[in-house]
Amino acid sequence: MTEKNTPLLDELEKGKWPSFVTEIKRAAVKSEAAGELLQVLERSYKERRGHWKHGGIVGVRGYGGGVIGRYVDEPQTYPNVAEFHTVRLLQPSGWFYNTKTLRTVCDIWEKYGSGLTNMHGSTGDIILLGCKTEHIQPIFDEFSDAGFDLGGSGSCLRTPNCCVGPGRCEHACYDTLEACYNITNEFMDELHRPMWPYKSKIKFSGCANDCTSSIARSDCSVIGTWRDTLRIDQEAVKEYAAKINIKAAVCDKCPTSCLTFNAETQELSVVGEDCTRCMHCINVMPKAIQPGKEKGATILIGGKSTIVQSAFMSWVIVPFMKMEAEDDFAEFKDLMRRIWEWWDEHGKSRERIGETIYRLGMTKFLNGIEVAPVPQMVFRPRANPYVFWNQDDLDRSGTALDGSKL
Amino acid sequence: MAILDQGPPHYKKMLPPIVQENYGKWKYHEIPSPGVLKHVGESGAALYSVRVGTPRLVSIDFIRDVCVIADEYCDGFLRWTTRNNVEFLVSDEAKLKPLLEKLEAEGYSVGGTGRSVSNIVHTQGWVHCHTPATDASGVVKAVMDDLYEYFNTMKLPAKLKMGLACCLNMCGAAHCSDIAIVGVHRTPPRINHEVIRKGTEIPSLVASCPTGAIRPDPKNKSVIVNEDKCMYCGNCYTMSPAMEIYDPKNDGIAILIGGKTSNARTSPSFSRMVIPFLPNTAPRWPETTEAIRKIIELWIANANDGERVGEWVERIGWERFFTLAELPFSDMLIDDYIFSRETFRTSAQFKY
Repeated sequence: MTEKNTPLLDELEKGKWPSFVTEIKRAAVKSEAAGELLQVLERSYKERRGHWKHGGIVGVRGYGGGVIGRYVDEPQTYPNVAEFHTVRLLQPSGWFYNTKTLRTVCDIWEKYGSGLTNMHGSTGDIILLGCKTEHIQPIFDEFSDAGFDLGGSGSCLRTPNCCVGPGRCEHACYDTLEACYNITNEFMDELHRPMWPYKSKIKFSGCANDCTSSIARSDCSVIGTWRDTLRIDQEAVKEYAAKINIKAAVCDKCPTSCLTFNAETQELSVVGEDCTRCMHCINVMPKAIQPGKEKGATILIGGKSTIVQSAFMSWVIVPFMKMEAEDDFAEFKDLMRRIWEWWDEHGKSRERIGETIYRLGMTKFLNGIEVAPVPQMVFRPRANPYVFWNQDDLDRSGTALDGSKL
Repeated sequence: MAILDQGPPHYKKMLPPIVQENYGKWKYHEIPSPGVLKHVGESGAALYSVRVGTPRLVSIDFIRDVCVIADEYCDGFLRWTTRNNVEFLVSDEAKLKPLLEKLEAEGYSVGGTGRSVSNIVHTQGWVHCHTPATDASGVVKAVMDDLYEYFNTMKLPAKLKMGLACCLNMCGAAHCSDIAIVGVHRTPPRINHEVIRKGTEIPSLVASCPTGAIRPDPKNKSVIVNEDKCMYCGNCYTMSPAMEIYDPKNDGIAILIGGKTSNARTSPSFSRMVIPFLPNTAPRWPETTEAIRKIIELWIANANDGERVGEWVERIGWERFFTLAELPFSDMLIDDYIFSRETFRTSAQFKY
């Protein structure tokens, strides 16, 4: 017989922040699995250890991923969470919902699952937390009929996500919502049927504020930017000048010192070619400063967390790519196909693309994907002289200048 | 029969009319009060977004509750943020005040905008994962209860973003947060030779170790762990159930600070370890909440206007940070992993 009271978890119903314990208890009213989850968790709190068994391979017909199998380590004690699998659903771009759609999610999940969710998983998916193996296919079938599809898991393209973009942000330099939707649909096969050395993620941010943290959390980070100069509304600058110290709050914090505020004329000027588009001045004075008109995105590669070779931030491989229309997405898709093909050929098992590039070198990578090197790719050039030269380009006749043998 | 490869629901069908009309034509935004954003379009139309904290792990009852609110005040439109807050999208200004009153009456947490502590990006922990060294939901609840006054106000020097990862896989954003909470092990894995012989792919297991601490043992049809080389990352357990590493008395939490992903002013940066270990004192983790509060209060007292945690520490110097924070500095904080050398002080410039 399982102990039903949960003194340790009950402590976490107190306090002002919304309580996940309260949420599990609410689900437990209708779901025995949610009730048992609470028991397992209470035991984990007492024993300070997890109680989920290693791994678990489950799924649906036609796909190689999308469901995370999970089994409790004492199935006799906790029969209702003996199988407690997670289903990942592709979320709409920017997590915009209407209530009808959300209610559909709740109704289907109530029928088969624990009634618990994560809104949302770190990669972006709607997470349906806890169901039995026999229900996985029916769950997928019903969600499919309702217009949903599974998200990614395993060594595949994981679910892409994006910031709120032009839906509600004046900084957006390209249509992140459409890019995310369009490009996710393009790569359905790569997402649903794992075929690569390891996982690969794409995140779309509309500007360098990077509200999806794409630079740290995706193998390919698509960060909105512009190529011409900041647009400054001098009348609006004057209004800000009455409220804030523009020199201290804006100009002195500009990383390239390219902004000057003339206290006499109350005008702000910029040396456009020195600006690195960090967004600071725009963030402080959104009514007065706008991104330029020639908009697009910077493409960066390699972001990942610590395992195995340390955490990497993505680095620049394409300083500027237009991302306005279908045709521009085609250029991006073509680039991604070249990148994945190179990685698929050279990557070791469970090696993220950032690690493959680090192991083999940017030269081999750039040659492989047919992208020419530019200074924007590095903070600074190498400090050592250990350069690999292409021997075919050199005179390898083995003779000195006078023709004598070397 | 399910339709394969139909992709996500189309976002366009779920945008409120005001968003469709002003799509890509927003002019500016302001924050009238904590938790409330006002976006104004070129057309003059104004959209109010009211941001509400969630525990991320929510029941379908919670989702249905917010749907009822969205139907009444937002014509049925709402969204979630990248930090797992809910935003009610109000296009009728007359409904803003009643919505805020309703949210307050029902006990929702409105906040998370501007110079606040927003929601903590976190992971599965003991609720659903097999490799955690700590819980996620419980630690987050304890820390957010303690810092609640910074969620529903905007009195910090700059925005503060926190991440929690329950093991060293560091799912989420712990490696790039102002303050990161990371579950850590401190003892090597326990090898179950029987389980290895039953079905572990030994070369993959050997390759999973970042320090080369695992080598094959052909005689026993198993592996040997060189414990001197193991730093308890747990990646071998991820590869094989034979390498259990959880250890209730020795697992716990490390605190890292100073990461960011935005490009504003300074380049994105990683979080750096300042506390190597705190115990797993469920259910309230008092050592962790206290350590984080101390760091935040020190930052509030010392940072310049607009300075993120990492920008502040880099300006004053890490040696000064450790003095001010009265945190012990130990060899455990000196990097000895792959890219360690770039973290050493190759300069005579430092403070005493």
